[in-house]
Amino acid sequence: MNAEEINEIYFGDVDLPISPSRREFIKKLGAGLFIIFALQPLKLFAEEQDEEANKRPDFNLYLRIKEDGRVECYTGKIDMGQGITTSLAQALAEELEVELNSIDMIMGDTDLCPYDAGTWGSMTTRFFDPVLRAAAIEARMELIKMASIELKIPEDQLKTEDGHVVSKADNNIKVSYGSLTKGKRIVKTVRRAPVFKKPAEFQQVGKPVHATNAFLKVTGKAKYSGDIQLAGMLYAAISRPPAHGCKLLSVDKGKAAAMEGVKVIVMDNLVAVLHRNPNNAAIAAAVIRAEWSKPEVLATDKTIFSYLVTEGKETKVFEEKGNPDLGFADADFILEAEYHDGYKAHAAIETHTATAYFEGDRLIVWASTQSPFGTRKDLSARLKMPLENVLVKQILLGGGFGGKVYSEQAVEAALLAKESGAPVQLAWTREEEFMYDQFRSAAVMQIKAGVKKSGKIVAWKYHIYCAGSRGVNDFYGIPNLRSALYDKKGIHPFGTGPWRAPGNNTTTFARESHIDVLADKIGMDPLAFRLANVSNTKMERTLTLAAKTFNYASAKPGKNRGVGIALGNDAGTYVALIAEVEVNPTTGVVKVLRVVCAQDMGQVINPHGARVQAEGCITMGLGYALYEDVPFNWGEVVVRNFDTYEITRFSTTAPIETVFYDDMSAPPQGGGEPAIICVGGAIANAVFHASGARVTQMPVTPERILEKIRPSN
Amino acid sequence: MREKIKFTLNGKSTELETDTSQILLWVLRTELGLTGTKFGCGVGFCGACTILVDGLAQRSCGMAVKEIEGKKVVTIEGLADGEKLHPVQKAFVEHEAQQCGFCTPGQIMNAVALLKADPKPTRKRIIEGMNGNLCRCGAYNRIIAAVETASKEINGGTKL
Repeated sequence: MNAEEINEIYFGDVDLPISPSRREFIKKLGAGLFIIFALQPLKLFAEEQDEEANKRPDFNLYLRIKEDGRVECYTGKIDMGQGITTSLAQALAEELEVELNSIDMIMGDTDLCPYDAGTWGSMTTRFFDPVLRAAAIEARMELIKMASIELKIPEDQLKTEDGHVVSKADNNIKVSYGSLTKGKRIVKTVRRAPVFKKPAEFQQVGKPVHATNAFLKVTGKAKYSGDIQLAGMLYAAISRPPAHGCKLLSVDKGKAAAMEGVKVIVMDNLVAVLHRNPNNAAIAAAVIRAEWSKPEVLATDKTIFSYLVTEGKETKVFEEKGNPDLGFADADFILEAEYHDGYKAHAAIETHTATAYFEGDRLIVWASTQSPFGTRKDLSARLKMPLENVLVKQILLGGGFGGKVYSEQAVEAALLAKESGAPVQLAWTREEEFMYDQFRSAAVMQIKAGVKKSGKIVAWKYHIYCAGSRGVNDFYGIPNLRSALYDKKGIHPFGTGPWRAPGNNTTTFARESHIDVLADKIGMDPLAFRLANVSNTKMERTLTLAAKTFNYASAKPGKNRGVGIALGNDAGTYVALIAEVEVNPTTGVVKVLRVVCAQDMGQVINPHGARVQAEGCITMGLGYALYEDVPFNWGEVVVRNFDTYEITRFSTTAPIETVFYDDMSAPPQGGGEPAIICVGGAIANAVFHASGARVTQMPVTPERILEKIRPSN
Repeated sequence: MREKIKFTLNGKSTELETDTSQILLWVLRTELGLTGTKFGCGVGFCGACTILVDGLAQRSCGMAVKEIEGKKVVTIEGLADGEKLHPVQKAFVEHEAQQCGFCTPGQIMNAVALLKADPKPTRKRIIEGMNGNLCRCGAYNRIIAAVETASKEINGGTKL
């Protein structure tokens, strides 16, 4: 999958259909009852779906009920820590009426699993959950049908319970799911719109469940791409150019090549060293002397914002309502501001890693990738191999956050495996990780807004440079509004890509800062001002819940302390965040005292898992809000490790309280990303109320705060 | 230089012939097959490679193999007693103190060393003692709670 396809999915709103592909899987497996589902999320249970699915054997999920009674669920999704191994199994166990621990999730293996574009956009639970349940219900109905024949009892006299089909009249008359398959291979597709269980009937959904793979993770047995060890495997280390955009002019590999057991491979711009021992590979790579061309410096971290504004062109009017000019004429105050956000790294603790080998003409790869099928496509294209000869296997990821949608390391490892004829493992160093990350884009937001003394926002003009439209839809009921996107292909000095809730962190920061600026201008409390304007019921009830949980009405922040609010919408979920901070007036250092997060994410499948995700979002979010920044001289990334790229740590995290407006009758919405989007806005607003400093650029650093408090310095 | 060294690894006396100038992390992972100890940054900033050497938390990415001559080395694989988890591991599971799990072995080893040195740490002491271990998924509050729970269990009679 190329960057543009990914960006289209990511930076647009995420309610997009994912096109399935044609594959034959079933014959690779043995006996059992198979239930297959074709995923077309936008018309999931539409009538025409059935016929289409019959004509075209495309599917995105299948279940296998094995003879031993175990249930396998095959999906192309991956688990990078967001806990779907557990939450999907939980939904499946619920509808299939089996024990949670009888389910095996087979994920992201491109040979065994049905096609999936990738794991991102908080789409797994939203789109996958109904599919999974539909398949489970189909399986249950099929099992009842089979049991009816076996037990000679009419179908309507049977029920399912704990992996068995049981006679309603006599609980002792029953047959296990596994025994019904009798060594045959029975394949069914989901044909009918299922009748889902009602929330009141749930036995498993909604209950906190601890991650099923926790035991493996705490004992060091959990396997990641770099934990694969193969006979004769060589470790790769790469001699990299000093900056993006460099071309290899010459390379002196003599000293490295002379070392015992070292293979030096030069392919285009890839200068690699292989050794059976990773120590020696690294030592040899360090003595390679290569000369690289020096690309022109077009911008640095200091000049990037004016560069983006100069270069960016309007690409799309995203939202238009009423007439902004008439709105401004009607306004009592018109306030304009420009907000900036610098580049951010994903900085997962596992660097991009891959292990690759050839078996005859087949390439087999374990890669830390959020898109096994996208990686397979890249491998096929770059190694000029037929798609079916490339296998990407299931493996855990040590964090993704959008950064592992791209898996160039898999291509590099595969190229080196091909060239050397040996299995190759490549784990990027931390320095490579910071250099070749597909960063969250720097962005500029220009806002001009009109407000009445009464508190009504009447006009809004919004120019968004390089942050996309995700979550930008107005929920403040502004009658006159124009939001336009500005961008240009290749505008950034290095690769950029999706970063947890792409673009939404950045635009939410700008919008929510400006909402506070308006409230301040007319002397209204930021909470009252938001409640007076918010036009969306879900947003309103989420904010009310947050305010109640925070005890906003009676909160009296002390000296140098302030409370900030931000609202946002991401992946179908509404978020309200309230943060309290203390700003040291001498040093400008911000201490986050507490954060309350309220979410309306529809039905909460696994409240415990959802809470863990929200806490993770907020903890990570404090980083982009307060300290994460990427200094650079065009293609030369200056930060290369955690000593200079500061992420949230134990001492800088805050007490976090997460509450849900649990709507069990509503479909589940995204949970892996939404809570992060409001952190920047809430912190910037809290800093303003604590210190009077309105910082319009993230991260909100001590220097930027002091500059606003003491503009003369 | 290739030489023989002796040390105790996860309770077993071990003899290894290898180039002892190598970085310990890679030797643990490759020659000794103990892949639970992770590479995160290579310079001791993130703590993913933390192990115990004579009971102290050490960053194995910054140690040469020769430094463990005659010492007791414990990695994440050596912490549980068969299926019976160490109190810190148990508390991590209970508090769901891991998400992606990649930093988890280092967090656990660092916490074990912390509790060895100070079996009843205050919250402040836990934060200080754990501050060099990074977690990008953001499980810090849960890790703190897990260390507190483990501390209670240990002080309730379980031997470290």
